[in-house]
Amino acid sequence: MSEIWAGMAEAFLLIWSRDADLIEITVRSLQVSLSALVIASAVALPLGTWLAIRRFRHRRLPPVVVGLIVYLLLSRSGPFGVLGLLFTPAAMIIAQVIIITPLIASITHQAMRELWSDYHDLLISLNTTHGQRIATLIWDGRRTLMTAALAGFGRAIGEVGAIMIVGGNIDHVTRVLTTAISLETGKGDFALALGLGFVLIALSLMVNLAIHSLSRTEREGRW
Amino acid sequence: MVSQDLYAQLRGVVVRRRGKAVLGPIDLDLSGGGFTVVLGPNGAGKTTFLRVLHGVERITSGSVTWSEPAKTAQQGQAYVFQSPIMLRRSVRANLAYPLQLLGLPKTEIAARVAHWAARIGLSAALDFPAPRLSGGEQQKLALARALIRRPDTLFLDEPCANLDGRSTREIEEILREATQAGARIIMTTHDLGQARRLADRVLFLNNGQLEEQGAADNFFTAPKSPGAAGFLNGDIIE
Repeated sequence: MSEIWAGMAEAFLLIWSRDADLIEITVRSLQVSLSALVIASAVALPLGTWLAIRRFRHRRLPPVVVGLIVYLLLSRSGPFGVLGLLFTPAAMIIAQVIIITPLIASITHQAMRELWSDYHDLLISLNTTHGQRIATLIWDGRRTLMTAALAGFGRAIGEVGAIMIVGGNIDHVTRVLTTAISLETGKGDFALALGLGFVLIALSLMVNLAIHSLSRTEREGRW
Repeated sequence: MVSQDLYAQLRGVVVRRRGKAVLGPIDLDLSGGGFTVVLGPNGAGKTTFLRVLHGVERITSGSVTWSEPAKTAQQGQAYVFQSPIMLRRSVRANLAYPLQLLGLPKTEIAARVAHWAARIGLSAALDFPAPRLSGGEQQKLALARALIRRPDTLFLDEPCANLDGRSTREIEEILREATQAGARIIMTTHDLGQARRLADRVLFLNNGQLEEQGAADNFFTAPKSPGAAGFLNGDIIE
């Protein structure tokens, strides 16, 4: 028990002293997950909205399977092996995009279906084009869409299985919060693992607070 | 194409849902301006009839022909639904929306929005969220959003259902102004008093069939069909 308390104390010290490794891993995690979020949102938000005005059945793959598929695609003998992306942050971004795009698209789809059923008659009556309908739904559902994107970010930053497979957890190259926590815990270095864990918890809390505050403005009809 | 006196012709129009005919067959020539009021008991097909005319309800068979090409005709039409549909935007943005779709210049949009907000008494609430307005205010806003496009034909589905007397009077005033400005209005209503006040022509629907049509005075004083006579007497129509 005292080992855990000592680890926690040391973890706070690492955060307080802005430990170089901790900062580097946190920044890389944010870079990878935010890049994945931007790419996934650019695809999933319009796609989910478009599907809302059509019929859609979606399937989600388990993340580790996604990691395996991306690994096979990017490995030297795979179809994209020539690009040399395996064990780079780019491979991790690709895996995260594949994992979170269906999640963001399905939350978007659900929310936009409700909005579309409210707006359907009006937008048809006003002779709107398909593009105008999608633009109107995206604009008026923007808070929900931000919530969907934040949920995707939360999922991406907390991902470990697929990231470990395609990134390889290489120090100073592909090591991110989750893979580092996994490694340091295995090594018994609880101080760094806990320090990184606190950062991850803080990021998750910020995402949840943002989602909560967005849904509150939506409920209260504030603009 | 139809002749200039007529603005629309319906020929053999039938709407079926799950194999059951909910409207028609209807053959009808529509002509003239002013108010055409569609009357009939619950489930008579009034809303379906209105939606068919506006082109938002698919017909199973038959045809609806406007005096202009279909696309031009629909661009000159506006529809106010029984339950007002508010965009999740401010009053200002709701009024501006149809004008933005038409691609009008910003100054023109601002001028029309200011005019209509003042006309419906919502100038002070331009930045207020439209979905949080009262029922009467939402109905007036929906009407203003329809009229702001200056339509040739305005369809209204029970525009004053569930509204108090004051809101009803305000809406009727706006509608009279619209017809004086040249718009033709085709509306459904349950309110016989409102039909008597506004109607120039009456279409009486019962069980999806057009049982009677003609000048409002004739309809209210000497209805020809037993269904219409019973409806005016306040009988239960089956």
